[in-house]
Amino acid sequence: MAPHADPGSPDLRLDRRRLLGLGLAAGAAPFLAACGGASTTGSDTEGAITFISTQFTPVEERQRFEQILRDRVKSGAVAYNTVEPNVFSSTITSQVAAGRVQVSLAGGLHGDFAPHADKFENLDDLATKLADRQFPPEIANLGKLAGGATTYLPWMQASYVLAVNKRALEWLPSGADVQSLTYDQLLAWITAARRGNGNKPVFGLPCGPKGLYHRFFQGYLLPSFTGGQMTTFRGPEAATAWQYMKELWAQTAPASTNFDNMQEPLQRGEVLIAWDHVARLVNAPADKPDDWVMAPAPRGPKGLGYMLVVAGLAIPRGAPEVDRARAVIEALTTPDVQLEVLRRNAFFPVVNAQLPADLPPAVALEAEAVRRQQSAEGAVLALPPVGLGAKDGEVSQIFKNCFKEICLDGRPVQQVLDRQAQQLNAILDEAKVPCWRPDPVAAGQTCRVQ
Amino acid sequence: MLAPGPGRGGADVSGAVTTAPDPAPSEPSSSAAVPPRATRRRRRSRVPTAALLVAPSVVFLAALFLWPIAVGVGQAFTGADGPTLAHLRRMVDDPYFWTATRNTALLIVVLIPLQFAFALTMALLLRERPRLSSFYFYVWCVPLAISDLAAGLVWLSIFADRGYLNSALSRFGLGDGFAWLSYDNQTSMFVAVLLAELWRATSLVLVIVVAGLQNIPRDYDEAAAVFGATYWQRLRHVILPQLRPSLQVALILRTILGLQTFAVAQALTGRSFPLLVGETYQWYVTLQNEHVSAAIALVILLMSLGTAVVYLRVLRDPATGGIR
Amino acid sequence: MSRRSAARRRTVGIHLACVAVTLFMGVPIYLIALAALSSRESLNRFPLSLLPVDLSTETMRVFLDSTGVIGGFQNSVEVGLLSLILSLALGVPAGYAVARYAFRGREPYQLFLLLTRALPIVVLSVPLARVFLASGLYDTTYAVALLHTALALPTTVLITSAIFVAVPVEHEEAAMIFGASAPQAFARVVLPQALPGIAAAAIFTFVTSWNEVLGAAVLTLNRRTLPAQVLSTLADSPLAFRFAGGFALVVPALVFIAFMRRYLLNMWGTTIR
Repeated sequence: MAPHADPGSPDLRLDRRRLLGLGLAAGAAPFLAACGGASTTGSDTEGAITFISTQFTPVEERQRFEQILRDRVKSGAVAYNTVEPNVFSSTITSQVAAGRVQVSLAGGLHGDFAPHADKFENLDDLATKLADRQFPPEIANLGKLAGGATTYLPWMQASYVLAVNKRALEWLPSGADVQSLTYDQLLAWITAARRGNGNKPVFGLPCGPKGLYHRFFQGYLLPSFTGGQMTTFRGPEAATAWQYMKELWAQTAPASTNFDNMQEPLQRGEVLIAWDHVARLVNAPADKPDDWVMAPAPRGPKGLGYMLVVAGLAIPRGAPEVDRARAVIEALTTPDVQLEVLRRNAFFPVVNAQLPADLPPAVALEAEAVRRQQSAEGAVLALPPVGLGAKDGEVSQIFKNCFKEICLDGRPVQQVLDRQAQQLNAILDEAKVPCWRPDPVAAGQTCRVQ
Repeated sequence: MLAPGPGRGGADVSGAVTTAPDPAPSEPSSSAAVPPRATRRRRRSRVPTAALLVAPSVVFLAALFLWPIAVGVGQAFTGADGPTLAHLRRMVDDPYFWTATRNTALLIVVLIPLQFAFALTMALLLRERPRLSSFYFYVWCVPLAISDLAAGLVWLSIFADRGYLNSALSRFGLGDGFAWLSYDNQTSMFVAVLLAELWRATSLVLVIVVAGLQNIPRDYDEAAAVFGATYWQRLRHVILPQLRPSLQVALILRTILGLQTFAVAQALTGRSFPLLVGETYQWYVTLQNEHVSAAIALVILLMSLGTAVVYLRVLRDPATGGIR
Repeated sequence: MSRRSAARRRTVGIHLACVAVTLFMGVPIYLIALAALSSRESLNRFPLSLLPVDLSTETMRVFLDSTGVIGGFQNSVEVGLLSLILSLALGVPAGYAVARYAFRGREPYQLFLLLTRALPIVVLSVPLARVFLASGLYDTTYAVALLHTALALPTTVLITSAIFVAVPVEHEEAAMIFGASAPQAFARVVLPQALPGIAAAAIFTFVTSWNEVLGAAVLTLNRRTLPAQVLSTLADSPLAFRFAGGFALVVPALVFIAFMRRYLLNMWGTTIR
């Protein structure tokens, strides 16, 4: 026998016995557990319906929303599954394609639904039934994806604003009002602040891999400078805007390329001024609301461009519990529940509801900034791409590419814009959709870069 | 005898040397691996047995994955109206694609040799049975237990502008923070990704090498030492040749898994240091274009299988090498 | 005398090297533990404290209280063990065949094994989900276990084959001369000597399965594994929670490695404890 195996062999026999024990225990485990695994969402409850959503993924937000579902939805239990957008997409795709749909209700952003217009039920009748909710028309129309049929009903809305730590106010240029800045004042401000802060940039943008910085270009910078988003993509005004962006970036914290949301660098004090989605800013002032100011985005030569974010609710084609899902949509769009969501999770109502006075301070700050932004003089409403379907992400990528090539790689502005405009037109020609706001909306005309 | 011995030697030598298997230490490679005679003897009579042993795994993979793989690969070549090469063209036109290819190749080429040198050093250190070696081995295995998402987080907390590294530096009065991960510090960014990957994935190589070392009889090594061979000579001529099968396997697995990693690089650098697998996710998840995603996946597939073929051929044991 | 001092220098050198490697491997673990157990405010300060001065279990508690952690844990263990059994049952015989028989198609077979591993999971997951939907396995732990088995199979086959190669055929033949049948010879003689390799393969299978997120997230909905339940959704949570989740997931895998380490160090087992 092998000599070097000898010293170990008494041990080995014991080991084998243990291995066997482990094997038996392991073999038994699946049979002990309920068939196919334990529920992680409460779907075991009698007659629970499956609700899949890309919203409220952070642990605490999910817990709070689950509480709202338990308290406010009387039609039965709802198993709330938060998923990443790609899982949302592949789950809907594979279930509808296989004809075995297990999801009864889907919640997501406009962009999550856009690629899958044909995989959801037509909710026109429900929209009619819920007319008393008074959804604003520009929001309700976003949900009409496939040939004008209502694919999703509005659920919540949000926007993007500036969050400012009061420490940064000391460098505010004289004559500038933080509540109504111009883009030039913003640049002067962060330049002065950087100088005052030991040459450390104080301004940040969410340019990380999951950051929403493309919305800054699509909904804020370009509409403010050009009055458009797509048609004016490579005009002289757009070149000015990108030239401005280049200067702004030179004064922006370079670590921005790692920031997915701005509330954490703000909380850490890594940056003092930041632009981001309200839900990604709300934790910054949560602890010390008195140290913070929330302000509308700056205005440019063509007005104050701002973007609306819309989340919706939809029912997959072939869903097992259509009626119950409809009841949940009705419950979630009542003004009461909408305000509850605002109070707890900082997403704004899409229905006509009076904002209460007892909002948490951080949410109240945001609500005020959003209100000022919407009602500002010369406000230019911009929408995320409408009707582009699966091309939505690729269009956003064009804006990100512009940023990369102009600001990070330092390429000449007009050259980059011309080349990216070609790409953009290739995508738009394929999609053949009319333009959306702030570009001139004309039905039947294909949106193109001029 | 059972106490952690000082260096090598001790208990098992005396009994071992006398019954050492026949092949001389001068030709270790053929002795530790399959003795050629035996292989050849069995080849003809046992082919059905081999097929029988391999069959379950083939059936399993074929039943479950042949169709998904075919669909996945097929997406790269199908468009709205029939077969097309448009997706491939789109892929090579993308500004990130070539950077990602270059980065992936660079990372593999620099990382894998470093990792193997590191893992071998660790395994050989353990072989010396220092005191606490059991504890050391455990700590060195721990990164195995950490998912790549968590590993990325750990290293981000170290290299971030306000992370632990800059904290430590500023405590010692060495500057007030260097932007390690900034997009314009390509070198420090690469080094950060390299260190993180070295930390995360070396344990895999270590465990395979340690498992392989277990089966190398100490007799040869000690016999060589008796005849006056230096440590390096023994390493070069006795230990490494016998480790060849394990090293080959570790190399194949590590390269293939290495080509699949991106979570750490993404956590550390965003898209400033793109890698190919990260690009498949980018196209699939953010851009929702599964066709280009599949095209990039195909490139990864070809790279993986290509290197695997090279490893299988180049590192083939000379003893069994002639058989085809 | 000089030889002894050389030996001592060597021992000291080895120890120093071991300590250096341990620091490199251990410090990040320490930091994740530190971050997971620090209070939320202390993570926002600069410079960060490198010593545990401001400990708090608050984030950890919120994380452990969130819905689905217990169910997810149960599912993860189930999937991990199921994948372990399946991949050893399928992989060990195949590893033996690859090591012992120079059969035609050995190389293509090895490449075929690697195929599932060489393709990014994201590309495979949607077609695979369709297969499982059609067969009714979707949203069960079995579906995830099958995927993880496939992911672990190449590791199992290749690692065990590398170990079987090192087990001298003579031992097996000697056993058969003394009257053992081929399976008996395998079980009594080969298997014990191959235990380190099998242990290594088992560790990889379990750890792969324990940490795999992308596939598990697509193949299940209401019956998530722990990482799919936690890690993927934690990506959007505040930093403190991400550390807590990352740390909490490490612990069970550590226990498993501690357990399997004995088998891995089987041959040195008498001297390393």
